[in-house]
Amino acid sequence: MKLLKGKWASITVPLLSVALGLLVGGIIMLVSGYNPIVAYAALFNGIFSNTYVLGETVRQMTPLILSGLAVAFAFRTGLFNIGVEGQLLVGWLASVYIGLQFEGLSPVVHIPLAILAAALAGAIWAFVPGFLKAKYQVHEVITTIMMNYVALHVVNAIIRTYLLAPGERTDQINASASLQSPFLETITDFSRLHYGFVVAIIGAIIMWFLLWKTTTGYELRSVGFNKYASEYAGINVQRNIVLSMVISGAFAGAAGAMEGLGTYGYMTVMADFTGVGFDGIAVALLGANGALGVVLASALFGGLKIGALNMQSVAQVPTQLVEIVIAMIIFFVASSYLIHWISNRVSKRGKI
Amino acid sequence: MEYVIEMRNIRKEFPGIVANDNITLQLRKGEIHALLGENGAGKSTLMNVLFGLYQPEKGEIHVRGKKVNITDPNVANELGIGMVHQHFMLVEKFTVTENIILGNEPTAKGQVDVKKAAKDVEAISKQYGLSVDPNAKIEDISVGMQQRVEILKTLYRGADILIFDEPTAVLTPQEIKELIAIMKKLISEGKSIILITHKLKEIMEVSDRCTVIRRGVGIGTVDVADTNQDELASMMVGREVNFSIQKKPSEPSNETLEISSLVVEDARKVSAVNGMNLSVRAGEIVGIAGVDGNGQSELIEAITGLRKAKSGSIKLNGKDVTNWKPRRVTESGIGHIPQDRHKHGLVLDFSIGENMVLQTYYKRPFSRNGILNFSTIMDKAKSLIKEYDVRTPSEMTPARALSGGNQQKAIIAREIDRSPNLLIAAQPTRGLDVGAIEFIHSKLVEERDKGKAVLLISFELEEIMNVSDRIAVIYEGKIVAIVRPEETTEQELGLLMAGANRKKAGETT
Repeated sequence: MKLLKGKWASITVPLLSVALGLLVGGIIMLVSGYNPIVAYAALFNGIFSNTYVLGETVRQMTPLILSGLAVAFAFRTGLFNIGVEGQLLVGWLASVYIGLQFEGLSPVVHIPLAILAAALAGAIWAFVPGFLKAKYQVHEVITTIMMNYVALHVVNAIIRTYLLAPGERTDQINASASLQSPFLETITDFSRLHYGFVVAIIGAIIMWFLLWKTTTGYELRSVGFNKYASEYAGINVQRNIVLSMVISGAFAGAAGAMEGLGTYGYMTVMADFTGVGFDGIAVALLGANGALGVVLASALFGGLKIGALNMQSVAQVPTQLVEIVIAMIIFFVASSYLIHWISNRVSKRGKI
Repeated sequence: MEYVIEMRNIRKEFPGIVANDNITLQLRKGEIHALLGENGAGKSTLMNVLFGLYQPEKGEIHVRGKKVNITDPNVANELGIGMVHQHFMLVEKFTVTENIILGNEPTAKGQVDVKKAAKDVEAISKQYGLSVDPNAKIEDISVGMQQRVEILKTLYRGADILIFDEPTAVLTPQEIKELIAIMKKLISEGKSIILITHKLKEIMEVSDRCTVIRRGVGIGTVDVADTNQDELASMMVGREVNFSIQKKPSEPSNETLEISSLVVEDARKVSAVNGMNLSVRAGEIVGIAGVDGNGQSELIEAITGLRKAKSGSIKLNGKDVTNWKPRRVTESGIGHIPQDRHKHGLVLDFSIGENMVLQTYYKRPFSRNGILNFSTIMDKAKSLIKEYDVRTPSEMTPARALSGGNQQKAIIAREIDRSPNLLIAAQPTRGLDVGAIEFIHSKLVEERDKGKAVLLISFELEEIMNVSDRIAVIYEGKIVAIVRPEETTEQELGLLMAGANRKKAGETT
């Protein structure tokens, strides 16, 4: 029980949570007539067994980190940005659009330009709810959710009208804007790993630096904690609400660029949301709204997603069940609160 | 001697601090036992141990002679211990009855039997002379009434040992009188009471015995009949306490603050400040006396830029600062100790260090080109903590973790350190103990003696009379009289605050 308290708690509690999640997931599989040991072996192998799956896991993590950062950043200022999905879509489109232009430009210029365009597009998309919140007290949850739908259909319409290529998608972007790397692909046995993860890590560092080392971050956090005291101290609360949404949207837009410039190199007409923006909410909460936490939580999400593919193909566990098992694991990690509570309860009663 | 509660040698530690060290408290049946100590001395911790919210590291608790292990508040409830919290735990939208039965609802056929509950509540209310309407909504009744609901809640649950946590902090003088009567009635009905407080007057008036703790250590228990306020105060603080402030006559010079024909509307668009004229000169303390709600808050908010003035002007050192943004006002030389230290004064989740630079973080040396310099900020905080005796484990501790008095000291340190020309102190000593009050008053006088202007707003006449050089009486948004403390009495002020004009007031006294 001692291990669940004090300095070890931040390690032991998540580990125990994962174990509990696996246990409950295993019971579900057992009841449904599948062998959990085989399935979990497949899951484990699907994450760690070779360089290919490792590469795929990191690729999966990349946009998740950025969308998690987007949600976390807004949370820090007391705002719920549920519109990361929409900001991600407009960012994706903006990056692809820039990627299609400027043939023959140096990658050193072209890639940052495309990523910045994506960040800008996401920022503009998030500015609208931020402005409405600051100026007219319209709740950002409503506006950001609605902006998601607007983004989805506007993006589709733009692709259909202006950028359509055979296959309900845009053309492939110019090589000079691509984050894809033959080198990374070779060392990971031809996974789709691309340089985007560097961008994501830089994003995490930027978030940490911005929040904890700058006067802007000080203001944002202050407004998030107590807007009355912030106003008293002469901080412009409205401006900071808008700024927080804009920065959050920029992270989300950059997440879209990871798909547009990295994994795919184009954008398709979307039948539905990608889900990456929504996963970002869970990633941010799991990662306790911290930069490092978001990276670690993305690793868990990304790993489980990639490993699940193997569970399906090797252990013949149907996708639906795999999703339930993954949900169980995440559920238990998210409710680590429960474990704290149980451990407090037990030690209070003095039984252990 | 039969004790209903006996806490023996209690020790409770928190990381980096010993909150209770070897404290013994014995409560006799049918007595009002005061628990006296400064803010942060460990009174609340000790009571939370008794109520099962904390587990002590050492010591024993006996209830009615039997050793018990109070693991959580439910156990405390079962033992007949009830707590009347300082910050009420009531649901605003619920009725009195609904609040009282919450978590303990009587049911009939699977439905909550509100009618029966209301009857029970009324019966208890009558028995103890509480006169609470069981069907009123919490949001519609006064603070004093809400407190009675809290008392009823414990009685409804069968408590016969009641803990009152700073019960008078939120009450008006009239309500305090009524509360004292209620407490005496409770005793006559066989209840026993522990009264947590730092107000010596109340202890002398109502309690039988008093246990004093200082910085977490039990100092002793005395019979109130055998002691006096001075002795209790020095037991609590650990040295002699000055109740009256030592100050030399003021030497006011030029006008620092000049308010003319100021009109400020409140949130409901009613003119709360209604054509006010007031001036505060350098080197004097002007106290604003008035009943709460006569425009004091709106006046301060207008001066500090938190609320727009509708008309009129505010001048600081001859410069018109009307409707400036808060930051410009601050930079032009106004310091503000706000009335609500949790809402306006501190970002509770920030560290003490971060709070110390709330208005200066963007300036050198605390930041440069938008990058914060944490080592400079924390060094500054350390020196302020030392200079103003803010008791905190470290400058990295969140402001939330500090006691009220120490939070207030931190705010005062921050505001005075900026060396403002005008210092506005709104209820600077609310909820603080005598030691802290003495400290804060001396700081205000010190600023005055440095040639600064001080504007003091307080609802406590004693404070106004003691500290001010001139007293401005506010009534319905206007200054209705300006008097000197040595030329007036509390009665006269009381009448002026109620709207009587000076001449008449003079006649009646």
